[in-house]
Amino acid sequence: MSGPTTQSADAPTRRLAGLLIAGAGLAVLVVAPFTGLYTVFLMKLMCFALFACAFNLMLGYVGLLSFGHAAFFGMAAYATGHVVKEWGFDPFLGILAGAAVAGAMGLVFGAIAIRQKGIYFAMITLALAQMVYFFCLQVKFTHGEDGIQGIPRGMLFGLVDLRDSLNMYFFVAAIFVVGYAIIYRTVHSPFGQALKGIRENEPRMISLGYPVARIKVMAFTISAALAGLAGATKSIVFQAATLTDVHWHMSGEVVLMTLIGGMGTMFGPVVGAGVIVALQNYLATIGSWVTVVMGVIFVVCVLTFRRGIVGEILARLPHRR
Amino acid sequence: MQELLGIPSPLLFGQLLIGLINGAFYALLSLGLAVIFGVLNVINFAHGALYMMGAFVAWLLLTYLGIGYWPALVVAPLIVGAVGILIERTMLSRLYDLDHLYGLLFTFGLALIIEGTFINFYGVSGQPYAPPQVLTGGYNLGFMFLPAYRGWVIVASLLVCFGTWLLIERTRLGSYLRAAVERPDLVRAFGINVPLMMTLTYGFGVALAGFAGVLAAPLYTVSPIMGQNLIIVVFAIVVIGGLGSILGSIVTGLGIGLIEGLTRTFYPEASSTVVFVIMAIVLIIRPHGLFGRPRE
Amino acid sequence: MQLTKWAMASTALLVLAGAAQAEISGGVVKIGVLNDRSGLYADLSGEGSVVAARMAVEDFAGGLDVEVLSADHQNKPDVGSSVARQWIDQEGVDVIVDVPTSSVALAVQQVTSDTDTAFLNSGAATTALTNDQCAPTFVHWTYDTYALSVGTGKAVVEGGGDTWFFLTADYAFGHQLQADTAAVVEANGGKVLGSVNHPLSTTDFSSFLLQAQASGAKVIGLANAGGDTTNAIKQANSFGIVQSGQQLAALLGFITDVNALGLDVAQGLTLTTGFYWDRDDASRAFAERFAEKMNGQMPTMVHAGVYSAVAHYLKAVAEIDDDGGKAAVDQMKTMPINDFFATDGKIRPDGRMVHDMYLVKVKSPAESKGPWDYYTILATIPGDEAFKPLAESTCSLVAN
Repeated sequence: MSGPTTQSADAPTRRLAGLLIAGAGLAVLVVAPFTGLYTVFLMKLMCFALFACAFNLMLGYVGLLSFGHAAFFGMAAYATGHVVKEWGFDPFLGILAGAAVAGAMGLVFGAIAIRQKGIYFAMITLALAQMVYFFCLQVKFTHGEDGIQGIPRGMLFGLVDLRDSLNMYFFVAAIFVVGYAIIYRTVHSPFGQALKGIRENEPRMISLGYPVARIKVMAFTISAALAGLAGATKSIVFQAATLTDVHWHMSGEVVLMTLIGGMGTMFGPVVGAGVIVALQNYLATIGSWVTVVMGVIFVVCVLTFRRGIVGEILARLPHRR
Repeated sequence: MQELLGIPSPLLFGQLLIGLINGAFYALLSLGLAVIFGVLNVINFAHGALYMMGAFVAWLLLTYLGIGYWPALVVAPLIVGAVGILIERTMLSRLYDLDHLYGLLFTFGLALIIEGTFINFYGVSGQPYAPPQVLTGGYNLGFMFLPAYRGWVIVASLLVCFGTWLLIERTRLGSYLRAAVERPDLVRAFGINVPLMMTLTYGFGVALAGFAGVLAAPLYTVSPIMGQNLIIVVFAIVVIGGLGSILGSIVTGLGIGLIEGLTRTFYPEASSTVVFVIMAIVLIIRPHGLFGRPRE
Repeated sequence: MQLTKWAMASTALLVLAGAAQAEISGGVVKIGVLNDRSGLYADLSGEGSVVAARMAVEDFAGGLDVEVLSADHQNKPDVGSSVARQWIDQEGVDVIVDVPTSSVALAVQQVTSDTDTAFLNSGAATTALTNDQCAPTFVHWTYDTYALSVGTGKAVVEGGGDTWFFLTADYAFGHQLQADTAAVVEANGGKVLGSVNHPLSTTDFSSFLLQAQASGAKVIGLANAGGDTTNAIKQANSFGIVQSGQQLAALLGFITDVNALGLDVAQGLTLTTGFYWDRDDASRAFAERFAEKMNGQMPTMVHAGVYSAVAHYLKAVAEIDDDGGKAAVDQMKTMPINDFFATDGKIRPDGRMVHDMYLVKVKSPAESKGPWDYYTILATIPGDEAFKPLAESTCSLVAN
């Protein structure tokens, strides 16, 4: 796993290229709903893309596989659903509340789990997530297997009617861009460099005097809060928060997205999320083979292109070396 | 009626015995997982699917070939083991040099394929499988009625667990295995065929899962999704015991069975979550599990 | 996109002009069968529901162009909801049928009521669909938790099973089943001695069964579904619970569950169903045609309900020549349902289709004359008794 190096002689050109790519990305986001692509599909894609990017922050840049990210995603969805539906929060505030809940959970989980490495880290996050699942099953406000349904989309800031799918789309797009930008800033900052340092050689970072545990907990909290942001947004888009969002299958799905797209790349998880969401949508009509097809993709991916789609492309680009 | 911990003591004994039976089952499954991890360094997420396959092969043998329970107890694990060997040879063996993560993800995908395929052909609601004639009925133990088949399950699982432990800890073959785990290069230098050992180990590990599947067939409904939820519980057991520790997985399997049995009496809603609570606590106190030791 | 917007705007104008020109949108009635094709409910709904919907279309002689689409919601509310939305917006689907799994059904309900699309549910069990979350575009066709549990509860108490112990899935539907049944049991002079909540998807029920046994209750009510029910029954059998005189009552059971258990194990079980294939000549005729297309599998009540719902819907649409959701459902509500599934069935204002239910007992292997010959019908529960009274409905469409 070698991340992209940032040492460069021609910083201005790189910066320009970066701006160009960002501009192109934004342009795609703005144009997409008018190209005949379906807006609900695009919104779902963005929610999952943000979720996968948040997850990738831990897996790709800190090298820790969390098998419990569904807990943040799902709990945030419940929290948002509850405050918006029952307490009449503005959708924006509701989403912030969801993300805050997820962030707080991330802080606690991080503090508990962070001393573990590798498979043990995965297992302890799974254990904590299972407890969250149990909690969601027991408490009343989640409405058991019915879930919180009919969450109103409402009026954003009392002005913009989110029941209009185009308004909703741009709202989700804005959240996605902000979330993505936060991840980008985190990765491309001294903090992000420290994370990569920890991934490559933790003892060395400790001996260099970095507060490694604290850095990791911070990264985990950011990752959890952003996963929550994604879940919260999804609950507004689909007007529902249900147990599927907290189930461990969801944690598995996000691993799959990240892996297929390319872990440790900025754009990989977005592509991966696109592939999986598209498959779920379009395989829906082929009937009972969905599970098998997903399994085959998993296996093929692990056996032949472990760097993921974006990872493989980057590895083949000449100017990288 | 005598009471213990606030519930009638016969009921408590009954719950403990049932817990122990389930524990024996867990031990059998986690043992296979632990052996595979110990030797191959692979977390076999497909274990639940292969367990299901064992039960299904038994059902298929009975339905299409008229082969009954006792022969199936031998034949089905062999078939599952052969499938395992095929998987290991063609695909899994390419992943040994990589991070654990890839083995886990690969077997996760494999589990989806196996389960999805069975669902396609046989549906999800399951198939009936009756216990063999000699094991119908049961014994009245005074404090509870013990179905004969459950008695057999505990005997069979403990025998197999103990046998495996003996094989690995007390025989020459086992010592090769243990050595191959520690220093594969050195063992190879002694002229021992390490890849072959790994293949056979995987075959053996999944055959254990298949065996558990056949044992389970008369107890539970034979359904393609029977292994789906079991796998993460068994997983947790192996982690609590310490990854790769044979004895740890057996002891923890039995222990978790007992604790689950008690939870079912005192706080039944939490009985499927308690194992994760224990796992979290154990990992916080002993980061490498109860019987594990640090390894890189 | 643009075109639909234009079309909608122009329809709105026409309506404003007072010329409410009802018509079949796109010239075709499109039926979307949305259910579980690969998970827990694939056997009791799944492909069979698609086959049943197609049969209803084949049998329909009203001169409409009809098309049937199908998709797998994978038991995920977001997948179900986005497929439904996409169907409606892009494919011009006019009616969505089946949709098992409560959370998915409720999510789809949101979409169909927002878009004035008819929604005929056969597969889901939750009563929320016709209560808090009811909609004018919705009909709940086949069964719900109330109808299944209440029928069984009442009949069993009347048959002498007056003390109960519940094994309850620790989920909303489990608690609902238990509460509904307990109310009926007590109203009929029975007594509930206790209950134990087990986690969903438990494989081993022996601990819970021991507690049920120790309670000394005459009846053990299984307030759970699918694999949980079958595992509980199978293990109750091996613990000799039925042999020692306790009776099992499945509160949510399907014929596919009985098939999974085999008659050896399932015999003697009482349950309530909305349809049994071997009830009369009409149901047998349907079932035989169905089985021919399904490798010999007999229809579940969900499959039969899909057929009946689609047939009735097409009739209503042909009658008014309009496939708008509310218009079609309103028309359906005015017409009685008479087919192999229901006799004088009627749709209430809250969307509940009221029809007779049947209390059945599973045959012993000796009584059974062939494959799928599983039930003896003990009693017919009149629709008005089977379903929750309209007066108790919390649906906003009902003036209480």
